[in-house]
Amino acid sequence: MNLELPAILAQTALLLLLAPLLSGLIKNWKAKLQNRRGSRIWQPYFDLLKFLRKDMVISEHASWVFSVTPYVLFLTALSAGLMVPMVTAQAPMSLFGGALALVGLLALGRFFLALAGLDPASAFGGMGSSREMTISAIAEPAMMLAIFTVAITAGSTNLSQIVLASQGPGWKFLDPSHAMAFAAMFIVLLAETGRIPVDNPATHLELTMIHEAMLLEYSGRYLALIEWGVSIKQLVLMALLANIFFPVGLAADTTTAAFGLGLLFLVMKLIVLAGAVVWVETTNAKLRLFRVPDLLSAAFILATLALVSTFLFR
Amino acid sequence: MNLQPATLLVASLCGYGIGAVAGLLFMRRERLANALSFGVASLSALSGLLAALLFLSSGAGTPAPQFELLPSLIPSIKFTVRLDGLGAFFLLIVSMLGFALSIYSLGYAKGYFGRKNVGALGAFFNALLLATTLMFVADNIWLFLITWELMALTAYCLVSFEHEQPETRDAGVLYFIMSHIDAGCILLGFLLLYQASGDYSFASLHDIGAQMSPGKRDAAFLLFLLGFGIKAGIVPFHIWLPVAHPVAPSNVSALMSGVIIKTGIYGLTRVCFDFLGTPPLWWGVTVLTVGTISAVLGVLYALMEHDLKRLLAYHSIENIGIILMGLGAALIFLHTGHPLLATLGLIAGMYHTINHASFKGLLFLGAGAVLHATHTRNMEEMGGLVKRMPQTAFFFLVGAVAISALPPLNGFVSEWLTYQALLQGFGTTESLIRLIFPLSGAMLALTGALAAACFVKAFGITFLAQPRSEHARHAHEVAPSMRFGMAVLTVACVLLGLFPTAFIRLLDPLTQQLTGQQLSAQVSLADGLVLASLTEKAGTVSTLGIVLMFVCLLPIPFGLWLVFAQNSKTRRGLTWACGQPGLTPQMEYTATGFSKPIRMIFKALFRPRRDVQREYDFSPHFAKKLRFESHVEEVFVRRIYRPLRILILLVSRRIRALQAGSIHAYLLYIFVTLLLLLLFAL
Repeated sequence: MNLELPAILAQTALLLLLAPLLSGLIKNWKAKLQNRRGSRIWQPYFDLLKFLRKDMVISEHASWVFSVTPYVLFLTALSAGLMVPMVTAQAPMSLFGGALALVGLLALGRFFLALAGLDPASAFGGMGSSREMTISAIAEPAMMLAIFTVAITAGSTNLSQIVLASQGPGWKFLDPSHAMAFAAMFIVLLAETGRIPVDNPATHLELTMIHEAMLLEYSGRYLALIEWGVSIKQLVLMALLANIFFPVGLAADTTTAAFGLGLLFLVMKLIVLAGAVVWVETTNAKLRLFRVPDLLSAAFILATLALVSTFLFR
Repeated sequence: MNLQPATLLVASLCGYGIGAVAGLLFMRRERLANALSFGVASLSALSGLLAALLFLSSGAGTPAPQFELLPSLIPSIKFTVRLDGLGAFFLLIVSMLGFALSIYSLGYAKGYFGRKNVGALGAFFNALLLATTLMFVADNIWLFLITWELMALTAYCLVSFEHEQPETRDAGVLYFIMSHIDAGCILLGFLLLYQASGDYSFASLHDIGAQMSPGKRDAAFLLFLLGFGIKAGIVPFHIWLPVAHPVAPSNVSALMSGVIIKTGIYGLTRVCFDFLGTPPLWWGVTVLTVGTISAVLGVLYALMEHDLKRLLAYHSIENIGIILMGLGAALIFLHTGHPLLATLGLIAGMYHTINHASFKGLLFLGAGAVLHATHTRNMEEMGGLVKRMPQTAFFFLVGAVAISALPPLNGFVSEWLTYQALLQGFGTTESLIRLIFPLSGAMLALTGALAAACFVKAFGITFLAQPRSEHARHAHEVAPSMRFGMAVLTVACVLLGLFPTAFIRLLDPLTQQLTGQQLSAQVSLADGLVLASLTEKAGTVSTLGIVLMFVCLLPIPFGLWLVFAQNSKTRRGLTWACGQPGLTPQMEYTATGFSKPIRMIFKALFRPRRDVQREYDFSPHFAKKLRFESHVEEVFVRRIYRPLRILILLVSRRIRALQAGSIHAYLLYIFVTLLLLLLFAL
């Protein structure tokens, strides 16, 4: 068993510290593209600190499910993050689960968040839960199929094995099946992180909210945990996308230089991916709720084509 | 004392018999009948559980105990019982569920005191357990068919237990018809097998498919698939299931969904892996396709339900589909000559079978507790029960997480194994048929995500928020025995989830018997902490490890809390209702509303019908009264079963003309028949 404590601690710290920065970066760039000055990129850290210090108001109708959810969401996102190769090709917890466990953990967090949306007896929360579960349900097959495509090529569902196989001589940059699987995963990423064609993270109107509607009743340190957990989930999914499809620069040995280079590459890949997300968010309008299935079925078809082409172009 | 599995098995069978007789004898004294019949049933189930565990843990090399239960007068028909790996595994399922259910029933049946015949309920309950247990260990075609029929009849009596309701009577009749169609198919299938073997014992049927002509073998397979498939509730033969399961008493619903439909899986496994020999490719493809369709359609129809027990019944169809996906993949691998992968698929299917028994049993018991407390099955009249029945709510939540295939509970483990079998199947063949594996996998993902949505609805609308009716407002926690029954199954869900490698060791005798392989050593890594899919490289998962990770990471939020949030206070406040005072239950989201987006997205399938009537003075937007009705009818009922029923009634009306009541006409019929028979004989 390779449970190396330093690697685990380092990756946990990286997930905790990098996630708010990524959210801040996306927010800032979005503002810039819209000719606004925008908030500082480290604003999310200050927000989290402030939420942590604030008093909490909990709905009188809410039960223990409401109080457990922030922990579940935070812990599932963090544990899922430990299974993804970030700086090193070998993820610290890859033995405890691969792609399937990652999807399962994120689904567990979503399950509890949707319950917490229903718990305070507000119609808005229920609306959010209903939409979130619907969208995730139709995003899931596309995501799984895209993951299967890479997993079948690598012969493993273990994310580190997938990355190692992609790094090997068999990996061709922009292999058609990989390109299409990447496109499918990118659409799923937009849906899973509540980005614009699917959901608007900046909306203040309860009726159009999906993700935010479930959080309406949260405040104080619970809100801090949830916001942090959600940004970690975003980081995890983006790192997954970046490292599975572009496994360049991942540290192979344990020298400081390799780690530094790996970190640098990770940050660069994340920046490019964040730029793509910002570009999509700025150039598109939010889709009507019943148009979202069209987008996600496009992702599903892309993933199917990716799968078919794995053995057509071999 | 040295306990033998065979002794324990006989003790268990006798116990059920005593329980059934006791229930009937003390029918007039319902308290005594209740305590005796269900008490004895729980002890018998415990004995059966021990028998199964003892046999399964003794390793694959142990010979299966075989003995004659009763002396038989006819030489070829023997009442032989044999506890082999497959039988012992299903004995484990029926006994585990039987134990939890019997204890639960001690409290649940009290609701019938003074109203219904509790003695009869106990007697039939014991008889059903007896028939099912005996069926799993039967070693002779006749004993199998007799117990199969006995099981169908006792289950019919239990389904129709609350026969005052016309709905229940109809459901009972539908169940009766369907179970006799399946019994007929199975009888024909066994006749085909008997033709080849010339002997009624199961031992003589082993690999009999090799001696049969391909046509007959295929016919036998189709007959068995139809017969056992009806019992298991595969689409499109599932229509009896969402009708019959909800109307039965909840302890019986749990038994029906947990065990009775699994008898179909048992039969199919026995026939396909033990009797029919190496399968052609299309068998596996058929089973896999049928499983995939059943899984997706089952969960989609479940989402449309707001009757809690009907919802659970539709989920049984879904889970049977998932089990068949594992078995279908295993059949394909047997054809392509990959015994290790076939074993993996078989393990996935079997693991999901016991998982489904535990969490679906648990959920039906939870639904029964809710029904007991609120006197309704309609979710729209529930709500807020988490505060009124906290323990039931907790147990139900565990079941909901497990059935939604979320880590770290048992549903996740078996679906993980199914995914692994499907993914590795891609490399086994070069033909286009291999695309079926990842596509089935994608449909499994869709099923899992929809199941999660459905159980957010089932738990959220039932237990969370404000109570939506007076009944729900005055609900109270159920009797301790009922909670204990649920707790047993909750523990089973957790143990099966956290210790998969230990459990797969129990499956060794089964896989050794059916595919000649044992995987327990191969799938276990790091002293059993980690479950691997054949090799470490192909993928690993550790549910216990995930829980350990949660525990180790938990200090982070608590630490943050200690450092930053020491001075912050928590207070209770009103839920945001757009500034309006007084949030009423009417403002809450409903179960129908919750599944509306899914209904809209899949409207081509559902064809929802809705009636809205508004009464207004000035404008329809300011209605004084609003009446909303929404229906979803199953496509199979509309397209197949209703026309079929009309056709059957029409034909029988025509045939009735033959039975004119005139003795002359009847004499003519007899004469014509005699002539025809004579011609035939010449």
